Amino acid sequence: MLIGSGLITVLVLTLAGLAIWRGPRPSDERRWTIWWGLGFSMSVLAVLLAFALRAGERIIARDDGTLQVEAEAQQWRWRFVQPGPDGPVQTEGVLYVPAGQPFDIVLTSRDVIHSFWVPQLGGKMDAIPGHRNVHRLMADAPGTHEGLCAEFCGIGHAAMRFEVVVYDPADPPPFVSAESLP
Amino acid sequence: MTEDPHAIAPNPPQRALPLHRQMDRIWSDLPGWRGSVASVNHGTIGLRFMATSFLFFSIGGVLAMLIRAQLATRDGAFLDTQLYNQIFTMHGSIMMFLFAIPMLEGLAMWLLPKILGARDMAFPRLGALGYWCYLFGGIIILSSLLFGVAPDGGWFMYVPLSGKTYTPGISADVWLLGVTFVEISAMAAAVEIIVTILRLRAAGMALTRMPLMGWYMLGTAAMMLVGFPPLILGSILLELERAFDWPFFDVLRGGDPMLWQHLFWLFGHPEVYIIFLPAAGVLSTIIPVFARTRILGYGAIVAAIVGLVFLSFGLWVHHMFTVGIPHMALAFFSAASALVAVPTSVQIFAWIGTMWAGRVDLRLPMLHVIGFFATFVMGGLTGVMLAMVPFNWQAHDTHFVVAHLHYVLVGGFVFPMLAGITYWMPMISGRFRVRALGEAAFWLIFLGFHGTFFIMHLTGLLGMPRRVDRYPDNPEWEWLNLVSSIGGMVMSVGFALFVLDIAMQWLFGRRSHRNPWKAQTMDWAMALPAPSYNFASLAGAGRHDASVTLPLARGEGLLPGAPRDRREVLVTEPGTGRPDHVAVLPGNTRLPIWTAAAIGSFFLLMLAGLYWATPLAILLILWAAWQWGGFMGSRRDAEPLAVAPGLALHEHWQMRNTLAYSGTVTLLVADATLYASLLFGVAFLTVIAPNWPPPDSGLGWPVLLTGAAALLMMGLGLVASLLAEAQRAAPPGRLAALAGVAAAGLALLLLAGVAWQFDDPTRHARDALRAALLGYAGFHGVVTLMLALRSLADVRQGRTSAMRRGAAPVWQLFQAFWLGTSALSLGVVALQEIG
Repeated sequence: MLIGSGLITVLVLTLAGLAIWRGPRPSDERRWTIWWGLGFSMSVLAVLLAFALRAGERIIARDDGTLQVEAEAQQWRWRFVQPGPDGPVQTEGVLYVPAGQPFDIVLTSRDVIHSFWVPQLGGKMDAIPGHRNVHRLMADAPGTHEGLCAEFCGIGHAAMRFEVVVYDPADPPPFVSAESLP
Repeated sequence: MTEDPHAIAPNPPQRALPLHRQMDRIWSDLPGWRGSVASVNHGTIGLRFMATSFLFFSIGGVLAMLIRAQLATRDGAFLDTQLYNQIFTMHGSIMMFLFAIPMLEGLAMWLLPKILGARDMAFPRLGALGYWCYLFGGIIILSSLLFGVAPDGGWFMYVPLSGKTYTPGISADVWLLGVTFVEISAMAAAVEIIVTILRLRAAGMALTRMPLMGWYMLGTAAMMLVGFPPLILGSILLELERAFDWPFFDVLRGGDPMLWQHLFWLFGHPEVYIIFLPAAGVLSTIIPVFARTRILGYGAIVAAIVGLVFLSFGLWVHHMFTVGIPHMALAFFSAASALVAVPTSVQIFAWIGTMWAGRVDLRLPMLHVIGFFATFVMGGLTGVMLAMVPFNWQAHDTHFVVAHLHYVLVGGFVFPMLAGITYWMPMISGRFRVRALGEAAFWLIFLGFHGTFFIMHLTGLLGMPRRVDRYPDNPEWEWLNLVSSIGGMVMSVGFALFVLDIAMQWLFGRRSHRNPWKAQTMDWAMALPAPSYNFASLAGAGRHDASVTLPLARGEGLLPGAPRDRREVLVTEPGTGRPDHVAVLPGNTRLPIWTAAAIGSFFLLMLAGLYWATPLAILLILWAAWQWGGFMGSRRDAEPLAVAPGLALHEHWQMRNTLAYSGTVTLLVADATLYASLLFGVAFLTVIAPNWPPPDSGLGWPVLLTGAAALLMMGLGLVASLLAEAQRAAPPGRLAALAGVAAAGLALLLLAGVAWQFDDPTRHARDALRAALLGYAGFHGVVTLMLALRSLADVRQGRTSAMRRGAAPVWQLFQAFWLGTSALSLGVVALQEIG
C-alpha cells in the first residue's frame, strides 16, 4: 500500500510537473476528467477496497469458541483476566496469551474511553464505558510485547502501558501463584 | 450577433470621479475607532476576519512549537503533562475553530460580492455580528490559557473524559461555550454566503455560468449549514450535562458516550471538506489565470463539488473504526471514505489538464499552488490508506494520523490560502509586492513542512501514539522527533517571513495598476485598492468579466451611484440571474457589537456558573434582537426605481421574496438539522445505550392533553399569521396580529404546564431528552412570539399596506416550523409512553 501510494504520488506530481514546465499543448477535457479523474481513481480504489475487505473479514472477531481473555481499563492501568490451570486468573499490567493461536480480547472500561493497542500484534480497539468490545488478535511466536493506551484518557495517558507475555502453549508460565488474587 | 432577449440598455455615462465620491460617502466606514466598530461593509468585515484568523494562526503556531520543543527529546522536561495536554488541545481547537473556519468565512465575505459583481453581502449586519461573536468567543477561549484553565481533553473532547467527573473545573466549559459562541459566526456566514450567491449575482449571470468560486462557496456554505448543527447540539447537551447533571452521556442513567462521538464527527468530517472546498475554489480561480487559459472541465468540477458535499456526510464513522461497530457498517463507511477520493481526483486532474493546455507563468501564487500539489496528493493517498479498516486499526491515533491530517490541512488549506493571499494582495493593498521575500518564505515553509511531517509517518508506523508528552522507553523514536522539531522551527521562520512580506508590501510596495495578473473574473473589474462600494454601477446581462471596468466606473451599468443616499443593491432570481428588485441595505451601525456583547454576557454567566443571572442576559439579547427589526420595513409606498433605461424595479419592502425571506428559509434548514440531530440522539440512546428501558414515568393523558392544547394554540397562531398578511391593509389584519401574539403566549404557557408535569431530567437520559425537546419548543416559541409582536408593531406603526407586508411572511415560516417540530416532539413522547 505504501509503495502504491508512493507510485501514485510520483505519477501525479510528474504529470503536474510536465504540465507546468512544458509549453501549451492541446488538452482534452474528457481525457483528464473522465479517464484520469474517474477511471483511474475508481479502479485503484476498487482493487484496494477488495483487498481490505478480505483482510478485514479474516481478522474480525466472531463467536466460534476462540480463547477469550478480558481487559478492563481504568485511569491509568489495565486489569486482565485470562484462563489459568485452575480457572480464570486476574493480573494487572501483564497479559499472558499462548502463541500460535488466535484469541479474542473483551474490552471494558470503568471510567473514560481507553484504547487497547499492542503495535506488534495488530490493530487497536477502544474500551468504552457501558460497552463490551471484542477484538481478535494472534501472536505467532513466544516473546514479550509492549502495549499501550491509544486513546487520550487524561493526565496519566502516556504512562498507561502494559505488557503482553506470549508463551509456548506446551510450557505455560507459573504466573498463577504470584499474581492471582484470592 | 443574436439579440439577447434579456438585454438591458446602458445608462448614460457620467464622470467617474464624482460618482466615486458620491458612492464612497455612502458606503465607507465612519472615521475613528467609534466608526470602525460600527462598520458593516463586507470589505472591512472580510479583511477583519482574515487578519484576526491569521493572528490566531500565529498563536496556534507558537503552541505547536511548544509541542515540538517538548517532543524533541524523549524525557521532555520542558512542559509538565497538565500544561502539555492544555497546549495540544488548544493547538487543535484554535487551528480548527479560530483559524481555518474564520479564514474561509473572511475570504468568502471579502471576495464573493466582488467576484459575483455585487456591492455587498446580503446581510451586512449579520456579518458584523458574526465577526464580533468570533472575536469575543476567541478571546474567551484564549484567555483560559492565560489563567491556566484551558481545555485539556483533546480537541474532540471525548466524553466521559470531558464530563464533570473527570474534568471538574471550568476548562471543558470554556471549550463548549467558547466554541459555540464562535460558531454563531459560522452559522451567520453560512446563511449569508448562500443567499448572496443565489440572489446577489450580477444581472444575467446564470447559476450555470457563475465563476467556479461561487460554486465552491455554495458547497462550503451548504455543508456548514448542515454540518455545524450536530456539533452545536452536542455542545449544548454536554454543557447541560456538566451544568445541570442531565445524563445524556452517562451510561449508568441511560446515556452513552458514543452519542458524543457521533454528533462530533457528523460535524467533524464535513468540516474537513468545509475547509478544503474554499481552498480548491482559490486553486480553480488562479490556476487558469497563471496558465493563461480557461479552466478545463467546468461541468465536471461542479459535479465533483456537488458529489463531495453529499459524500462528506456519509463518512463520519471512519473516525470511529476502533469503537467496535459491525463489520458491514465498517465496510460501508470504508467504501464511502475511499469513494470521496474520486471527486477530489477529478478536480486534481482538471487542474493538471488546465496547466497542460496553457503556458504556466511561475509567479509567487503559483509556487504555493505547486506546494499544494506536492503536499495534498500525498495527504489524500494516506487518507485512502486510512480508509482501509485493517490499516486504520493499526495507524489510528498514532503520529501517522497526525502526519496525514497535517498533509491534508496544510496542503489542502494553508498552501492554497497563501496562494490566494499573495494573489489578491494587490487588490487589498493596491500595491505590488517587494521582490524575493515571498519566494524565500515559500521555500522555508515548504521545506520546513515536509521536514516536520514526512518523517512523522514513520514515527507513527513505529508505534508512537498521539498526545503523549514523553517516551522514556522508546529511544528509537527520538531522532525522528528531533528531525520533526527542527523542521517545525524552519516552517515557523517561513511563516514569520510571509507576514513580513505582507507588511512590506503594504508599506513599501509600488502602486499597482489595475488587474495586474490580467485575470478574467469580475473581482478585478475595479480600481485598486478595491473601493468600499466595489462597483459604481452594476454589470448587466452579457459580459461578466474584467473587461467591464470602465463602463461600470462611469455609471453605464445598472443602478448607478447612490442618488437616494442609501446602500442599494440589485437582487436577482436564483437560477437565471434576472433582475428582481432593489434591496436597500443597512449602513454603519453599532447594533452588531452590542448584540454580540449581550450574547457574550450570557456565555460568560454560564461559564461563571451564575445560572440564576442568565435570564437577565436573555432579556438583554431579546432587547437587542428587537432593535434589529427597527431598520426593516418602510412607512411609505414608493414608485419603482429606475435601474436602467426601460427597467424599473420595486424596493424590497414591496416584495415578498426578499433577501430576509430567503435568509430565514436557509436558517430554518440549519435549524431543522439541529432538530433532526436531537431526534437522532433520542433514537440512538433508545436503541443502543445500556440501562434502558428507563423507570416508569407515570405520565399519562394529562401531559399529552396539555401538549395537544399547546399544539392547537400554535395552529391558531399559524392561521393568525396567514390572516395578518392576507388582510394587512384592512382592520382584520391588525386583529389577526393581536390574536397571533395571544396564541403564541398561551402556547408558551401550556408548554410550561408540560414542563411542570415532566419527570426530573437528571433521573434518566429519556427524561433529559424530553426536557431538551421541550426546551427546543420553548426557544422557538419565544422567537415566534417576538415575530408576532414585530408584525403587530408593523401594523400599528403603519409599516404595512397593500404593497408592504412587514414581518408577517417571516413570522409564518417560524410559526409553521414551531408547530411542525413541536408536533413531532409530542409524537415522540406519546410513542415512548405507549411503547
